[in-house]
Amino acid sequence: MKTSQGRRWFSLAKKDTLVKTNISKAAANKVVRLLEATKKVATPKTIDSKLNGLALPASIIEELRCDLHKIEITESQLDDIVNTIIDAYERAKVEPCEAVGVIAAQSIGEPGTQMTMRTFHYAGVAEINVTLGLPRLIEIVDARKNPSTPIMTIKLEPGYADRDKVQALAWEIQKATILHLGDLTINLTEMQIVCDLNEKILNQRKIAVDDVAQKIRDMAKIEVHQNNRKLLIRPKNVSYRELLQLVEKIKSITFKGIEDIRRVVVRKENDEYVLYTEGTALKKILQFDGVDATRTKTNNINEIEEVLGIEAARNAIISEAMDTLREQGLEVDVRHIMLVADMMTVDGEVKQIGRHGIAGEKASVLSRAAFEMTVNHLLDAAVRGDVDELTGVTENVIVGQPIRLGTGDITLTYKAKK
Amino acid sequence: MKKISVIDHELVPEHIVLSERDVKSLLAKHHISVGELPKIKISDPVIKEIGASAGDVIKIIRNSHTAGKAIVYRLVID
Repeated sequence: MKTSQGRRWFSLAKKDTLVKTNISKAAANKVVRLLEATKKVATPKTIDSKLNGLALPASIIEELRCDLHKIEITESQLDDIVNTIIDAYERAKVEPCEAVGVIAAQSIGEPGTQMTMRTFHYAGVAEINVTLGLPRLIEIVDARKNPSTPIMTIKLEPGYADRDKVQALAWEIQKATILHLGDLTINLTEMQIVCDLNEKILNQRKIAVDDVAQKIRDMAKIEVHQNNRKLLIRPKNVSYRELLQLVEKIKSITFKGIEDIRRVVVRKENDEYVLYTEGTALKKILQFDGVDATRTKTNNINEIEEVLGIEAARNAIISEAMDTLREQGLEVDVRHIMLVADMMTVDGEVKQIGRHGIAGEKASVLSRAAFEMTVNHLLDAAVRGDVDELTGVTENVIVGQPIRLGTGDITLTYKAKK
Repeated sequence: MKKISVIDHELVPEHIVLSERDVKSLLAKHHISVGELPKIKISDPVIKEIGASAGDVIKIIRNSHTAGKAIVYRLVID
């Protein structure tokens, strides 16, 4: 409609009717130029150059570019569209002085009430237990050093397409103790430990009987007699106590694989094999030949921080929290989680939300006292002679002043006329 | 055993050391002092790998869930 109207005005201008109706020639020319711009079709090149300089997020620009390239529009229509979008974007932004933290807390907390108190399974990998639901969410925001169910998702390099090769790699990774490799019996009359190794398992795990014997010699510092696939071990002194201690010692030796990886499960997902492990050791696993060091992950955020850095930890917090919520069928906007993750990682290390982290490190005494351990905080502050600047919300609510939020954060000054 | 490079991992966004001139214009643009920026430790694996030193400002180009790309800055601390 706009173009047809524009065309009509344009034709009127051409016939100099505008001049006759008391408009100056210069003004008429300007109108003509404007209307010409209206008619001009926007080429993909002009669309791109127009979009590139905009103060909009990359994702919006990209979406806009895709859509605009599909349709034919004039340059003035393009301007209209762009202006409308910038306008909508500016209006959608959070207002200055908005209490985003409280909104995030509400937005995560309310759906959190609907979460199950204990879920203990994993969709897909039925063999491995995973903490999910509320306990997992608490674990994430508390920045626990070790999750209650550490799990790694190991992706493999392109060469690993057949199951045997993948299973061989899994055997390399999984921890093998003496109980995995054979039977351990204690002969009390002879005062010796008999270790009957299973040939099939030894072949499968690619361990020689000699290696096992040597390892026990090195680790337990004890003489080992080898009789075919049987290992006979005697304590140095003849005593029950020492015998039983020796059994425990031998049981704790890792003969193959990574100490912390208790179990490995092989699964096929979308045409590629993925290994799931019980227990995590990100650094060691990433160095393994055959492991894709760019896509392998763990659910231990602390370990990610150590191995991959603070930014990776932030990403891990976001994805772990979102996955936990989504698994429960709760849709929480990612922005709230991002805010939490940002707060947890601002100081260059992962801090928990609670008493020993963000809430406990607030500058204001009253704000800390309002959160937890009221008396302790007030007492310590009194002893030290702390000063509360009353800049936050909580402090001002406590002392009964207007809070500094939204319009309350604006101070007006009057400039008198001279 | 192979040597791994943490910056290749999909969880790690791009880290770039900012030049002194860029730091000045960044601080002037937002009216802040350098200490007000979020921090990153010098012991951070990524910082070790790109070889930044304490006091440098790192520009991080995140793959944002909402904005596509988001640029943030961190100050390297001891």
